[in-house]
Amino acid sequence: MHAFEYIKPNTVWEAVDLLDADEDARPLAGGMTLLPTLKQRLAQPTQLVDLAGLEDLQIISEGPSSLTIGAMKRHVQVARSPSINAFLPVIAHLAEGIGDPHVRNRGTIGGSISNSDPAADYPAAVLGLGATVITNRREIDGQDFFTGLFSTALEQGEIVMAIRFPLPERAAYIKFPNPASRYAAVGVFVARVKGEARVAVTGAGPCAFRLPQMEEALDRSFAVEAIQDIEISQEGLNADPSATPEYRAHLIGVMARRAVEAAAR
Amino acid sequence: MPIKVEITVNGAPTSAEVEPRTLLVHYLREYLGLTGTHVGCDTTQCGACVVHADGRSIKSCTALAAQMNGAKITTIEGLAATHPDAEGLHPLQAAFRDCHGLQCGFCTPGMIMSGSALLLENADPTDHEIRDWLEGNICRCTGYHNIVRAVKAAASAMREPKDPRPQETAA
Repeated sequence: MHAFEYIKPNTVWEAVDLLDADEDARPLAGGMTLLPTLKQRLAQPTQLVDLAGLEDLQIISEGPSSLTIGAMKRHVQVARSPSINAFLPVIAHLAEGIGDPHVRNRGTIGGSISNSDPAADYPAAVLGLGATVITNRREIDGQDFFTGLFSTALEQGEIVMAIRFPLPERAAYIKFPNPASRYAAVGVFVARVKGEARVAVTGAGPCAFRLPQMEEALDRSFAVEAIQDIEISQEGLNADPSATPEYRAHLIGVMARRAVEAAAR
Repeated sequence: MPIKVEITVNGAPTSAEVEPRTLLVHYLREYLGLTGTHVGCDTTQCGACVVHADGRSIKSCTALAAQMNGAKITTIEGLAATHPDAEGLHPLQAAFRDCHGLQCGFCTPGMIMSGSALLLENADPTDHEIRDWLEGNICRCTGYHNIVRAVKAAASAMREPKDPRPQETAA
């Protein structure tokens, strides 16, 4: 690792001031991606601003039709939270499937979505439920948040405070993990939220994306039969040692059908 | 600029001036001389470096010492003291020996710290739960079978009373 300064502020204001003043400073959440990136010398921040001391990022709050999860909630906390298990079990289940137990003990929901790893699980949930990303400056429609490979709508000095998920009528997330890395080669999140079907895919493209043709079919009938003949284009899908674009296109169909089946139960 | 960290390791307070980029595993091995925690892959995959931080298992190659300022860390050297058997071993250490849960032994500290973290929250795990939990720990020798047996054996030993006294029989 290249050298950097480490600062752990106690308030959001302090953290944002530090990040605003130095474009090469980086926020540090759980560090499950950032620290390995630094070890490979793929990034050279001047300062790491540790967000672990910010109480405001630790909330879980239930609204009448939504549930809001603080950005610094670790995967293990999301997976075990009684209120998330009661009101949004699909998210608790998704969190329980991330990485391994030791990674889940450190990694955070805010860090995961801010990183926009093409194979991360949470971005599929943000798109699949139509979540809202709450930052220190504004509310960002989940649809506009992921802008590409490892890139998001976040600006300098802007950090994710929380994610607000609407409560779906039904939802499920199914992934096909790479047998070695356990990252999602393809993950599909399906839901019916406020009467509308949503289908979001992770692992397959540069960042998470929705599948409008499947959503329209599921709007007509939320059943496996409605989507089983839909052909997924392999254009623009990722090619890497874990899967070819052709294989990923096939997996999207399979995971989507399994997810619809699980959600319909 | 070096920063001061204070970390409780195996029940004892420790502190040092470290560079911010110092990893927890290097703090343990190089500053404290606790070389039981191993660096296997250094890429967050193999789990040889697992320690407990405030009661939860973490990969110490992927945490900064600075992030652990104020934390309570337990390493393989301090594990037995948390739950010693008659020989002064943690039941999981004894079970790894009894079940032949290791060959070269390089992954063993991480396996034991990981397995013992599972036993802290699940006193009677199934084979499936053990294998699922050990997903973050790689062993290239054993084929995992005896490791799973060892965790099961330790779970069983830890559920039994430590000092079973002879049952009084009714007169």
